[in-house]
Amino acid sequence: MPKLRRRHVGATLTAAALVLGTTACGSRVDDTGEASAAGRAESCVDTSGDSVRIGLLNSMSGTMSISETTVRRSLELAVEEVNADGGVLGKQLEVVTEDGASEPTVFAERATKLIQSDCVAAVFGGWTSSSRKAMLPVFESNDALLFYPVQYEGLEASQNIFYTGATTNQQIIPALDYLKDELGVTSLHLVGSDYVFPRTANAIIKAYAEEHGIEIVGEDYEPLGSTEGIQTIVNRVQGSGADAVFNTLNGDSNVSFFAQYANVGLDAEAMPVLSVSIAEEEVPGIGVEKLEGQYTAWNYYQTVDTPENEEFVAAFKEAYGDDAVTSDPMEAAYTSVYLWKGMVEAAGSFDVADVQAAADGVGFDAPEGPVTVNGDNHHIAKTALIGRVNAEGLIDTVWSSDGPIDPDPCLEGYDWAAGMDKDETYC
Amino acid sequence: MDAVLGQLYAGLSLGSVLLLIALGLTLTFGQMGVINMAHGEFLMAGAYTAFVVQQVIGGAGSAMLIALPLAFLVGGLLGVLLETTLISRLYHRPLDTLLVTWGVSLMLQQLARDVFGAPAVEVRAPEWLRGNIEVLGVPFTTGRLFIVVLAVGAVAVLSAVLRFTSLGRRIRAVVQSRGLAETSGINSRRTDRVTFFVGSGLAGIAGVALTLIASTQPYMGQTYIVDAFLVVVAGGIGQVRGAVLAAFGLGVLQALFAYSQSVSTAKVLLLVCVIAFLQLRPQGLFSVRTRSLV
Amino acid sequence: MTRRWAGSASVLSGYLVAAVILFGAAPVLLSDFRLRLLAQFLCVAMVAVGIGLAWGSGGMLTLGQGLFFGLGAYIMAIHLQLSDAGPAGRPAFMVTGSGLPWWWELFRNPVTAVLGIIAVPALLALLLGLGVFRRRVKGAYFAILSQASAAAFALLLISQQNTVGGSNGLSNFRQFFGFALSDPVNRRMLYFIAAGVLIAMVAAVHQLRRSRYGELLTAVRDGEERVRFLGYDPALVKVLAYVVAAVFAAVGGALFVPIVGIISPSNVGVVPSIGFLIGVAVGGRATLLGPVLGSLAVSYAGSTLSENVESLWIYLQGLLFVLVVAFLPGGIGSLGAALRGRRRAVGDVPGRSAGHGPPGRPLVDGGGPERAPAGARSGGV
Repeated sequence: MPKLRRRHVGATLTAAALVLGTTACGSRVDDTGEASAAGRAESCVDTSGDSVRIGLLNSMSGTMSISETTVRRSLELAVEEVNADGGVLGKQLEVVTEDGASEPTVFAERATKLIQSDCVAAVFGGWTSSSRKAMLPVFESNDALLFYPVQYEGLEASQNIFYTGATTNQQIIPALDYLKDELGVTSLHLVGSDYVFPRTANAIIKAYAEEHGIEIVGEDYEPLGSTEGIQTIVNRVQGSGADAVFNTLNGDSNVSFFAQYANVGLDAEAMPVLSVSIAEEEVPGIGVEKLEGQYTAWNYYQTVDTPENEEFVAAFKEAYGDDAVTSDPMEAAYTSVYLWKGMVEAAGSFDVADVQAAADGVGFDAPEGPVTVNGDNHHIAKTALIGRVNAEGLIDTVWSSDGPIDPDPCLEGYDWAAGMDKDETYC
Repeated sequence: MDAVLGQLYAGLSLGSVLLLIALGLTLTFGQMGVINMAHGEFLMAGAYTAFVVQQVIGGAGSAMLIALPLAFLVGGLLGVLLETTLISRLYHRPLDTLLVTWGVSLMLQQLARDVFGAPAVEVRAPEWLRGNIEVLGVPFTTGRLFIVVLAVGAVAVLSAVLRFTSLGRRIRAVVQSRGLAETSGINSRRTDRVTFFVGSGLAGIAGVALTLIASTQPYMGQTYIVDAFLVVVAGGIGQVRGAVLAAFGLGVLQALFAYSQSVSTAKVLLLVCVIAFLQLRPQGLFSVRTRSLV
Repeated sequence: MTRRWAGSASVLSGYLVAAVILFGAAPVLLSDFRLRLLAQFLCVAMVAVGIGLAWGSGGMLTLGQGLFFGLGAYIMAIHLQLSDAGPAGRPAFMVTGSGLPWWWELFRNPVTAVLGIIAVPALLALLLGLGVFRRRVKGAYFAILSQASAAAFALLLISQQNTVGGSNGLSNFRQFFGFALSDPVNRRMLYFIAAGVLIAMVAAVHQLRRSRYGELLTAVRDGEERVRFLGYDPALVKVLAYVVAAVFAAVGGALFVPIVGIISPSNVGVVPSIGFLIGVAVGGRATLLGPVLGSLAVSYAGSTLSENVESLWIYLQGLLFVLVVAFLPGGIGSLGAALRGRRRAVGDVPGRSAGHGPPGRPLVDGGGPERAPAGARSGGV
């Protein structure tokens, strides 16, 4: 072993002493686990000029850029429209864009930068649950605002996040109702990617199934982005003889799944598949003929028949070409900008506390139809739509809920969900 | 019974994909000691070749038949390009080729993204590669059957070339003793280039095959490269029969694990198995015996 | 660089400069956000220091440092989650789980957590290292095995939704050994800890390199057989460097968690594991400070460039790998020497002629491929 030389040991000890010396100050956590407010950074948002900054934080590189680029586009479209219409409280929106690079740690880093260095009034973005989970502590500790545009697993309600996508009771539960009541399904096979959304969704589905006498005949997970186990999963699905498949697979695994599904001779007639993560933009990559007739559950489709949607689709196609399609997360992102605008104008201020206080009841005639912010849980009331993929690769609505469904991220209104494990921080 | 047969078939087809990818790797690794991390991107290039051919021609069936040789050419030429510009400078530094080719693979992925866009593109399977043949109540999907046939064909042709042609003799000579081969008048540099062409071309073919069962997107090569390297190492570097055995073994094991456990657990178990196996038998299933010290 | 004595003075003064910059200048000049970022880079640099020892000095190209980085990080994250949850409490994310796994309890106590951060990766590295190096697995085989172990670890984490948060990983920590993480003063403290630990690591590597052990390690890199013939066990020599590198990576991971606030499988898999290497290669793998400086520079470049031009960084990263490793194996620092060397000996590897450690290529083999086949028996390819 090496013989240590004194002076280096000395240098090391000095460094250690310095480190220890600095630990003397700083606030400690008290018994309740809450940090004392004294140390929190003050907001640096500058509203004195005639413009105000907002941050757009989406993955423009890495695996998630496929989906998040489209969200970025619709955010930019919304900002343009708002600016052309006179801005928010008379101030033009100045956009600071950041790349989340499909990495949770990068999302956390860039969110910190947007809040602390760029002093933005609000941040719009995030897609994966992991990116949101990574950003959540950043927004809470800096007391800033994030608008998150994607349907997710629920069981969360941070005061610093507005969730403009669906929570589970606006997407998964209506989908189950549809399968049970309209298609008469009595047995289900669950297929999903191996991460938190499918796992949580399936936990909810199983609780629902137990209550309503639906048999869960199988539950399979494929690692995210992988295709190697798909054949096994399809073998199992075929062998299970289920009435329908509930599909929470995400991304490229779907391509492989539907190809194999068709190849073994299954289709929408033999065993319908209801997917909750396949939107218009994913359809071409999977192949229209493999998906035709299969079901999806969302809150918006490009084909939704509202005047607002007509304008949205037209504006989007004008900006990004005739081939561009619009999808639920894109619409939710577009809507989020307008909802923030509505909240700020209701509050008469860009201040986070004022916006939070004014949020309840703020509404917007979104492309998907009217939506309203719930001030308690920061989700929005939305209409659930069940759709079927048509021959053009678009999705037609075949069923819709009676008007907007109030968001219930913690599933408090469902007796059968009472026994489920829930995150005590929020639920 | 049905389930076991179905899973065996699943394992066999997965093994075929791994084999198609690993064949090229084991050749280049065995002959030149080169670890080509960009091999996965040659695969991606093959898949995109199939896509482009289909866009140009239209008919899925004829496109597939044209895409196969074309992808071989595209993959092979990319390989030769890489070999002449970079790898040939690094033959005495095998670990560095690994890092250099990793850099190349990063750039190729980004290039594919910039050219074809990030979303997956659809390569339609021809009519005769859709559907299935039912034997003993088990549906054997024709697409995967095609991949198995392709893999077996590739092995047969490659073995025949290695065994019976003068090119094969040259390759075998260089693999066994570069110095002696050169002494006996073989141009080892040219042989290296040919090997690289063939190995990379096989990756291109594997890419076309993959369009039948996986999605065609810029990062598709990454998914398989680690597994393919494990096949190479477990089979014994430079060993075609080792690669065959290892690929099918790993494929079937993974399918069986996946059926009894879950897909994620199966992958973890498989990797741990291979790591453990290599601790016991670091030279892999088969190895060229040499008098070197290690 | 440093053949035993030459240049040790400059290295020492380099330390002092580093200490002054890290403890004096940086905290004064940088905003809280930039300082946090620097702290994050320092954690990555810790991994690089270990890689510098294992790869630069020892010739072991380890593509799986994410495994050890992740072990340290997850142990720290588990401890922080448990201390947030309070005595006998259960972390919030386990919504679909069924009770606390027993091994979480091991890290509830701060002392066992810190011990675990060092001991668990050290033990694993010892086992893996003994298994691998005893069997004389080296070079590319070792690289691929280590890569596979990182891949397996990431997959394992992803499949463990209920116990380690699956692909979401662990996040939302409120305190670090009792200190509130939301307090900027405490965040600054974390930065100082990271800086102090990094300097201590560099000092430790410096000592190792100058010692007899360091010479032995380099000797094993350059001619393992010769060392064996001299009566040493090369496996033990390599294992020690591998264990040290593992512990450094784990400590880097452990500090990464409170600084960044999240650890997820995407920080430990194949891609980040190779990512750790680029800084080492750029800075000069066989030098003392090269890995640290290179790692910091690459982290900084990655962060600033991708803030501005998104896809450019990917190209640049790839290009850096290619150019530096292929043409400047001694790192950027050897640029001048390489140019001079090239003029002297055309065709020779730049860097080698400049006296840098040849990367993992034993000179005894006479430059053939890894397996140096001589007089092989027949046997189909």
